[in-house]
Amino acid sequence: MKTKNKIRVLIAKPGLDGHDKGAKIVALALRDAGMEVIYSGLHQTLDQIIQTATQEAVDVIGLSIMSGAHLPICEKLIAMMKAQGLDDIRLTIGGVIPHQDIPKLKQMGVVAVFPGGTSFEDITAGMNSLFE
Amino acid sequence: MIRLIEDNDPSSFELLKALYPHSGKAFIIGITGSPGVGKSTLIDALIFEFRKLEMKVGVIAVDPTSPYSGGAILGDRLRMQRHATDDGVFIRSMASRGQKGGLSRATKDAAIVLDAMGHDIIIIETVGAGQGEFDIAHLAHSTGIVSIPGTGDGIQAVKAGILETGDIFIVNKSDKPDAEASVFQLDMMIGMRRPLEGGWTPKVLKTQALDGTGVEILAKTFLSHFDFMKKQGLMDQKRKKLEHLYFQSLLTDLTLEKILLFMNDSKVFREALNNIESRKTDPITAAQHVVNKICVLGSND
Repeated sequence: MKTKNKIRVLIAKPGLDGHDKGAKIVALALRDAGMEVIYSGLHQTLDQIIQTATQEAVDVIGLSIMSGAHLPICEKLIAMMKAQGLDDIRLTIGGVIPHQDIPKLKQMGVVAVFPGGTSFEDITAGMNSLFE
Repeated sequence: MIRLIEDNDPSSFELLKALYPHSGKAFIIGITGSPGVGKSTLIDALIFEFRKLEMKVGVIAVDPTSPYSGGAILGDRLRMQRHATDDGVFIRSMASRGQKGGLSRATKDAAIVLDAMGHDIIIIETVGAGQGEFDIAHLAHSTGIVSIPGTGDGIQAVKAGILETGDIFIVNKSDKPDAEASVFQLDMMIGMRRPLEGGWTPKVLKTQALDGTGVEILAKTFLSHFDFMKKQGLMDQKRKKLEHLYFQSLLTDLTLEKILLFMNDSKVFREALNNIESRKTDPITAAQHVVNKICVLGSND
C-alpha cells in the first residue's frame, strides 16, 4: 500500500445519534497526529456520507455511532460503497460497540474498530497502520 | 484529481495541462474574513441562492494546517452539508499545508479542476486576506469581505489594506446591535478611498447567514459585479492578471523544486554550508555563489 502524504479522514455521524463529543475529541486527536480531518456534522444520511467522502477524496471514513445501530449501518454503507466502486476508502468505526460485534463488523469489511475507551495512541496508531 | 494536486504527485501536472483549456468559464468568488464571522454559513446560503438560479457551484474551503502537528481540522464543510447530495454542488476542503496566507498554488489548481468540471460559480473560502504571495485577490474575480458588528473589523480592514481588495463588504449577523454603525463606518471608508480604474463602487451589504436574510441580494450583487466587469472589458484584464500571477507562481515553485533537488546531493551546496559554518564565508556570499553555480548548470541542460 502506498504511504500517503497526509491521511485524510472523514469523521461521520450517521443517523439519529446526537452525541458527538467523542467524535470531536477523536477528530482533534487525529489532527494532532498530523492528519487532515473533515467532520461531517450530525444526522448524516449514508448518501451524504458517501458523497462527502468522494468529493473530499478521503482515505478513511471513521464512523461514530453511539446508538447501537452499528451493524445495520455498516452493512448498508459497505454495500453502497461497493456499488459505487469506492474500494480505496477504508471504513473504521468507533463509539458504543459491544466486543462481541467486532468480529461481525470485521467480516463485513470494517478494517478497524475503536470502541469507547480506546486510547488516543491506539486510535492514531490504528489509523496509521492502515497505510503501512 | 485534486488529491493528486494536493499531494504534489507528478502526474498532477499532466492532468492540469489537459484540463486547463477547459477552464476559464467559471466566475470565481472569494470569501474572506476573520474566524467566526460566519463565512461558511454564508457560503451555504449563497449556494442555495445560486442553485435557485440553476447554476452549478464548486466550493474550495481552506482551513489552517497546524504548524505543530501538520494536521488540520477541516470544519467549513460542516455548515454546508445540506448540499452534500446535490449533484450541482461540489465541496472540497483543503488544508493550508503551511502556506501563510492560507492559500496556495494548490488552491488555484483545484479551482482549475472545478472550473473544467463545468461549475458556473466557484467560491473560495479562506481566513484573512493574506499578505503572502497568494491572497484571495490573486485567485478570485470578485472578493467578499465578511465582518460582524461590534468588532472593529472595519478599522482592521483599513489597516491591513484589505479595503483595497474588497469588492463587496458583508456585515453578517446583522441582527446584532451596532450593525448600522458597522455599515456606516464601512461606507465612510469606502467613500474615502480612491476610485478604482473601471469604477466599480464597492458595496456594503447586511446579511444574516443563518436564516438567509440578505443573501439573495448578495448573490445578485456578485452576479452584477461579474456583469459589470464583462461590460467594461475588465473581465479580460482580470483574467490576464490572474493568469500572469499563476504563471509566476508556477515558475517559482518549479524552480524551487529544482533547487531543492540540487541542494539534496550537491557538493557545491555542502561546501558552501561548511564554509559558512567555519566562517570562511558569510551566508550572503555563499548564497550568491551557489545560485550562480545553479544557473550555469541550468544553462548547460
